[in-house]
Amino acid sequence: MFGKKKVRRGAEIPSSSLADIAFLLLVFFLVVTTIDVDTGIGLVLPPPPDDTTPPPPIRERNLMKILVNNQGMVLINGQPTAVNDVRERVVNFVDNANRANDPDMSVSPQAAIVSIQTARQTPYEVYINMLDEVRGAYAELRDASSMAMFGMRYERYRATLASPADDVIRQMYPMNVSIAEPDPGN
Amino acid sequence: MSKFQKKNAKAKQEVPTTAMPDIVFMLLIFFMVTTVLREVTLQVRVELTRAENIEKIEQKRLVSYIYIGPRIIGNNMYGETRVQIDDALIDELVFIRRIMYDKLLEQPRLIVSLRVDRESEMGIVTDVQQELRQAGTLQINYSTRRLQ
Repeated sequence: MFGKKKVRRGAEIPSSSLADIAFLLLVFFLVVTTIDVDTGIGLVLPPPPDDTTPPPPIRERNLMKILVNNQGMVLINGQPTAVNDVRERVVNFVDNANRANDPDMSVSPQAAIVSIQTARQTPYEVYINMLDEVRGAYAELRDASSMAMFGMRYERYRATLASPADDVIRQMYPMNVSIAEPDPGN
Repeated sequence: MSKFQKKNAKAKQEVPTTAMPDIVFMLLIFFMVTTVLREVTLQVRVELTRAENIEKIEQKRLVSYIYIGPRIIGNNMYGETRVQIDDALIDELVFIRRIMYDKLLEQPRLIVSLRVDRESEMGIVTDVQQELRQAGTLQINYSTRRLQ
């Protein structure tokens, strides 16, 4: 009655299928994984408006006003401009040193501010294209001065830096893009 | 004593497979760690725009997404433009302030990625931006794909 149960010999968990199970899991995670890089246009919003402190004074000539209306038409400092010409206009405006110090253009690249204002009905796509053009203009300027100073493109120069604070080119051409409050419009 | 004597193959000619599970486990762990499961179901359509001068977001852990686009009704029908955060549509834009402020407390270096449908208008985008300013989440990113 109280017979001791037989002690089975070699009661091990079979481990031959371990590799199969691991493979199955591996395939699952391989399929599920998306190594997609998130890309986009980075921007820092201004802090919320404060009634007590007035906005810092900006000299008129340092400010480039880009207006985009409901139909996606562009006005730069009051002049209608084609979207394709925006980049060139921004390059000339920011890098005024090459242009015999035109009094209508920025005093120095550091002082230049590009302001983009839209209407409420402006298509988002046009706005992004406009930001893209402005960034393209800065990329052009930075590439050019990086080639002149270090003999390499800006991306490569930046990769050689130990810390982002050493970036001479960025100090030379800081990107000051201001997103103006939209026109309340109709 | 021929010169072309065949070398006698004493060693076993099989590839050792005992380490295979280990290798597979290593790969498995790698993919488990890198996998980010998609946790939201989109209720708005987000067809991203394309741009040329874009940058990568290096630290994905810091990113929080806001989706803006026409609401999906079904059968290729779209309703009015709405804002979605995580899994919920936002009824009043004022709620964004509170939600993003809470997220900012959890992650002080928060980057807000705006995934906006290409056919949206700027009005709603700026309204969302105003709320973000009030919430103090100033680092934003307009999500775009690379121009081909």
